[in-house]
Amino acid sequence: MAESRIQNYSVNFGPQHPAAHGVLRLVLEMDGEVVDRADPHVGLLHRGTEKLIEHKTYLQALPYFDRLDYVAPMNQEHAFALAAERLLGAEVPPRGKALRVLWCEIGRLLNHILNLTTFALDVGAMTPMLWGFEEREKMMSFYERVSGARMHANYFRVGGVARDMPDGLAEDIERFVEEFPKFIDDLEGLLTDNRIFKQRTVDIGVVSPEEALDWGFSGSNLRASGWAWDLRRAQPYDGYEQYDFDIPVGRNGDCYDRYLVRIHEMRQSLRIMKQVLQNLPSGPVRVEDNKVTPPPRAEMKTSMEALIHHFKLFTEGVHVPAGEVYAPVEAPKGEFGVYLVSDGSNRPYRCKIRAPGFAHLQALDFMSQGHMLADVVANIGSLDIVFGEIDR
Amino acid sequence: MAELWTGYIWPTIIIIAQIVALVVPLLLAVAYLTYAERRVIGGIQLRIGPHRVGPFGLLQPIADGLKLFFNEIVVPAGASPVVYLLAPMLTFLLSLVAWAVIPVADGWVIADINVGILYLFAISSLGVYGIIMAGWASNSRYAFLGGLRSAAQMVSYEVAIGFVMISVLMSAGTLNLTGVVEAQRDVWYIIPHLPMFVLFFISVLAETNRHPFDLPEAEAELVAGYNVEYSGMAFALFFLGEYANMILMSGMVTTLFLGGWLPLFAFPPFTWIPGVIWFALKVAVCLFIFILTRAALPRYRYDQLMRLGWKVFLPLSLAWVVITAGALHVFGWLPQ
Repeated sequence: MAESRIQNYSVNFGPQHPAAHGVLRLVLEMDGEVVDRADPHVGLLHRGTEKLIEHKTYLQALPYFDRLDYVAPMNQEHAFALAAERLLGAEVPPRGKALRVLWCEIGRLLNHILNLTTFALDVGAMTPMLWGFEEREKMMSFYERVSGARMHANYFRVGGVARDMPDGLAEDIERFVEEFPKFIDDLEGLLTDNRIFKQRTVDIGVVSPEEALDWGFSGSNLRASGWAWDLRRAQPYDGYEQYDFDIPVGRNGDCYDRYLVRIHEMRQSLRIMKQVLQNLPSGPVRVEDNKVTPPPRAEMKTSMEALIHHFKLFTEGVHVPAGEVYAPVEAPKGEFGVYLVSDGSNRPYRCKIRAPGFAHLQALDFMSQGHMLADVVANIGSLDIVFGEIDR
Repeated sequence: MAELWTGYIWPTIIIIAQIVALVVPLLLAVAYLTYAERRVIGGIQLRIGPHRVGPFGLLQPIADGLKLFFNEIVVPAGASPVVYLLAPMLTFLLSLVAWAVIPVADGWVIADINVGILYLFAISSLGVYGIIMAGWASNSRYAFLGGLRSAAQMVSYEVAIGFVMISVLMSAGTLNLTGVVEAQRDVWYIIPHLPMFVLFFISVLAETNRHPFDLPEAEAELVAGYNVEYSGMAFALFFLGEYANMILMSGMVTTLFLGGWLPLFAFPPFTWIPGVIWFALKVAVCLFIFILTRAALPRYRYDQLMRLGWKVFLPLSLAWVVITAGALHVFGWLPQ
């Protein structure tokens, strides 16, 4: 018998691929349609964020966080602001905390809509995405009204938030919270009980509870594998302990569970937002210590001290006491953490960013082995990957 | 000389005139099918769809066609140019020739042959060649996978379609499509053959590579599948071929199950409407369902599609052939 060599069919998936969710380059070794190995290559969107931050003041560093996971910008800002505040020992006033929680939950909705609907697009359902973007548009207009920018909000500050919400915004958000469940129902109507959707997602890309821990999963992906771990509950920050919400947990750790967990998280986010809006405290929105936050404009016209504070803050920036701190937040994609080392100067000595997507992407290989090409696409979609934060 | 005129030239002119009379409205229908699809899906997805070119965007298909016409046809370096360029022509051509046997109204048919169903079946089976050739000749891995998928898909669903057709032709007692329509004068075959109508329609979706069976060109995984390397008119021919095929298959559904050109009820005012309008209306309803499916459903996976074809549709359609034959025999309904 003649000797024959069988060579795997390798496909270069991306970086310009409609289902790559950004610039993922995936080298697939395939046996026919079955995937033997999925090798993700990262780094195509590397912008050196961590290094750049070392040369920026704390105020200037903040906008970089919008550009990490650009799907839910304010959640990233939150981690950096928390880290700097912990080094400074600053305590954000109640209204500032409540506003942060509100905007973080809006960020969670923004993220989950994008993820769920593009996931549906990956398995072939077009309509959810266009419906979802209609809703995202409404939330982005809220972003614009509060910060002036639709995406890169740069709204959170070390010590609170940049400014209070304009009049009428709280009422509009409240109305939105009332109407939004209708959209979730519509979305579920198209997908949750759809037999084709279930065939495409149930038992695809199963991650067992042990594997989820071994691969450093966090956030919705971890919860879909059966761990009820949520930083908002486990290590509450900014007053999350006062709000009443449930943590949805999956059972099988497959693509369908990850989808369901996100659907339920959206409903829980709405619950939190409703509670925030109902008991929105009054008062200042940021620390009233002019060594950390700038004084009001009007005061600068009359007070020499305020003028000096203003000048020092915007030329030199905040001097943060030496020390190191790790501040994680429950970002929509998982545990987003900032490890901040300060040497007492006005710039961070080191700012390490822990992006949840990076850990999730590693798992793609073992999740996809033995599945078909179409399942790789479903896996990528269900992992909720955005390259802004993976490549940083 | 007179013999030459009456025997050869005049019939040729007649046939050419008939072909033109059929193909021109058909191509217009293809163009406006793309427009209708974009508008209908736009409506479902809470957006407007094309509305800029001409009144209500009605000139959009023409603008698209012109744009594609002026685009360069890029032949990839590794491609095999002859097969590469032949593939779209074949696809387009096959989607048109099948219309020769479809009666659009009483007596309005180019070739009223006695084996109409067989001819249709043969032509629609050939359609897969265009796609395989495109996938192979492009010398691209995505296109190749798309070509392979479509070959497997079309072969699987062809079998089910074949058995459904056998049920219909047994009831009609003829392979001639005009005869099939005439046999539905009392009752359209959608009523006695309702399960097969559903099955046939789903198979037709698979046969034309439409959602939820559009695996050969699944954009999420294969980018655009077999036509990923095509541009300009070569791409346009694939596109036109696909949409012409949709209309053709709707025509088949109409002829086999919905009573072709026959009116909804055989009394006025329904009988006042000419047959060709009835035919067009029925085709339009089928096409509308095509479009709705595309907006509503996710896509099957390759192996699930094969399972559906071989393990569900094939036994069902086979069983129905037996049931039909049995019923016709036992109750003495066999057509004479």
